[in-house]
Amino acid sequence: MGTRLENKFAELKRQGRKALIIYITAGISPAGKSADGPQATVEAVRAAEAAGADIIELGLPFSDPMADGPVIQAASVRALQGGMTLPKALGIAREIRKFSEVPLVAMGYINQMHHYGFEKFVQEGKAAGLDGVIVPDVPHEESAGMREVTQRQGFHLMEFITPGTTGERMARTCREATGFIYCVSNYGVTGVKEIDYSAIGKVCAEARKFTQVPLAIGFGIGTSEAAVQAAAQADGVIVGSAVMQRMLEGKMGEALDLIGEMRQALDKSCIR
Amino acid sequence: MNKKGRFGRFGGQYVPEIVMPALNELEGAYLKYKDDPEFKEEFSSYLREYAGRPTNLYYAEGLTRHYGRARIFLKREDLLHTGAHKINNALGQALLAQRMGKKRVVAETGAGQHGVATATVAALFGMECHVFMGAVDAERQKLNVFRMQLLGAKVIPVSSGTGTLKDATSEAIRYWATNIRDTHYIIGSAVGPHPYPAMVRDFQKAIGEEIRAQSLEKIGGLPDYLVACVGGGSNAIGSFYDFREEPAVKKIGVEAGGRGEGAGDNAKTLSGAGEPGILHGAYSYLLQNEDGQVVEAYSISAGLDYPGVGPEHSFYKDAGIAEYVSVTDEEALAAFQRLSRIEGIIPAMESSHALAYLEKLMPETSPEETVVVTLSGRGDKDVQMVAKVLGEQEGA
Repeated sequence: MGTRLENKFAELKRQGRKALIIYITAGISPAGKSADGPQATVEAVRAAEAAGADIIELGLPFSDPMADGPVIQAASVRALQGGMTLPKALGIAREIRKFSEVPLVAMGYINQMHHYGFEKFVQEGKAAGLDGVIVPDVPHEESAGMREVTQRQGFHLMEFITPGTTGERMARTCREATGFIYCVSNYGVTGVKEIDYSAIGKVCAEARKFTQVPLAIGFGIGTSEAAVQAAAQADGVIVGSAVMQRMLEGKMGEALDLIGEMRQALDKSCIR
Repeated sequence: MNKKGRFGRFGGQYVPEIVMPALNELEGAYLKYKDDPEFKEEFSSYLREYAGRPTNLYYAEGLTRHYGRARIFLKREDLLHTGAHKINNALGQALLAQRMGKKRVVAETGAGQHGVATATVAALFGMECHVFMGAVDAERQKLNVFRMQLLGAKVIPVSSGTGTLKDATSEAIRYWATNIRDTHYIIGSAVGPHPYPAMVRDFQKAIGEEIRAQSLEKIGGLPDYLVACVGGGSNAIGSFYDFREEPAVKKIGVEAGGRGEGAGDNAKTLSGAGEPGILHGAYSYLLQNEDGQVVEAYSISAGLDYPGVGPEHSFYKDAGIAEYVSVTDEEALAAFQRLSRIEGIIPAMESSHALAYLEKLMPETSPEETVVVTLSGRGDKDVQMVAKVLGEQEGA
């Protein structure tokens, strides 16, 4: 038996479907509402899964999210103002595990995990029901020590590739990948618009020479059309800012509608 | 741990994957040109002809008399073109950017000195220039904003986070990540991912090399003390580096003690509550809370309120190569006025921190000894702010 994450991708592959990965900031509190942090996040995850999300990325809010655009920055600020911390985010994972087996991966910045103790974070994260972690400010060159920990603990440490990942770096990154590979669709940060997905398509094709680990494309996927275009190049798509924008505005219904539309569009495109 | 670009355990390359190819390209260019005779000659020619190096090692007779102890010399980086040591690094990086074929430069700035230096070299070399500046800083350093615009730069105020230097830095990195193929990021201090800390230090190390030569000439030996202010720490590392293997030359970095000991009241990264952590690409001492969130730094000086510090300084601290101390806003303000009155030199608020430490250091020194203070910049930019603060104090 594989991990929840591996099993999910295997199941989707058997069904000929693409993965829809939804990012939700831990401690997100919709506009106008007081910070009822953890419970609101648990409910958002429950609803996102029901609307069609295959995998949830649980964002650990950080004061200086270097790889994130304005929407996730704003969500992080609001979550931190509401008192979100790393231990509380682990509590959210534990709550979700009471009713769901949806694969859950944390996405956060290295300083917070380092300060907590990376190994302690992995141990407690796994016990809380997390399946892996994405750390966008640690490139492959700096992750050997972390990989040693995650491998020993049976936890996934996601690798990144971008249109600029080439040659030996691409080969090395792919060979050590686990869970899924986060394929950054374009130059920039999260939440950018109007992307030509053919560039990352070429990158995905290159990655395929070195690994069978699933490829998921993220950054800038805001509509069903974009999701379908991106998914055609890979095994799944990651949607963050578009969903978070609606949640931040207090439009939970619209956020869930978007997830539902993407789910339908992805499934329809795969049947063709 | 990646051994590349480390100072002991500090440093490294903690950046998004999208930035890595650019860092590798930059490292390649830096390694190729740093010892290239043609590059070195071009760089030193610009430093000499355009920026005004070497700067004087000025014997501050009045200040020496004031304390009545060791002789005090001032390393006059304030006399450089654009008014601060920042031009050394901006020139070096712009020359590298040219060789890498980059058409645009981007920079972050706190007090605006680095932004002005970058805008200046961009004008000189005909490159497009974008400067990110915290909205709060842009307000308190309006004159520098106008200077940058006059030089043809686009100044982008950053209001995300707390609207100061660390947010401007994050935003500059985001912009760089988006435009990485034709843009070079000129980091203003000896911070950030490898190769920046080593490269910026190399572009600033002329300060220390000149101090050595000028000391030998003027006092017939090496100074006993080197004192420099530390925000990110580029003027300090530039001053200390050439003396790193000489314990007889005591190296003292002075941080901003701000308005008190509380979190968010100072920028005492090395001399206060900082713990090793990762911000803006490097593992170094960092002001952070118990959840690992970066704590906003505070200082009266817009150039020192950075919650991180250059990784080489973290190494110097742990290895005992240099000592790190702090002075408060109030002490720095007093030093600002003291140097103006006694020497007729208005120092930058940043440099005033180094000068303020003389109050504590001088009583421990003897007349045979020599103290060199790096006067990293001139204080014209701070005059308005100081007038306001002093006015408020008098009114109170």
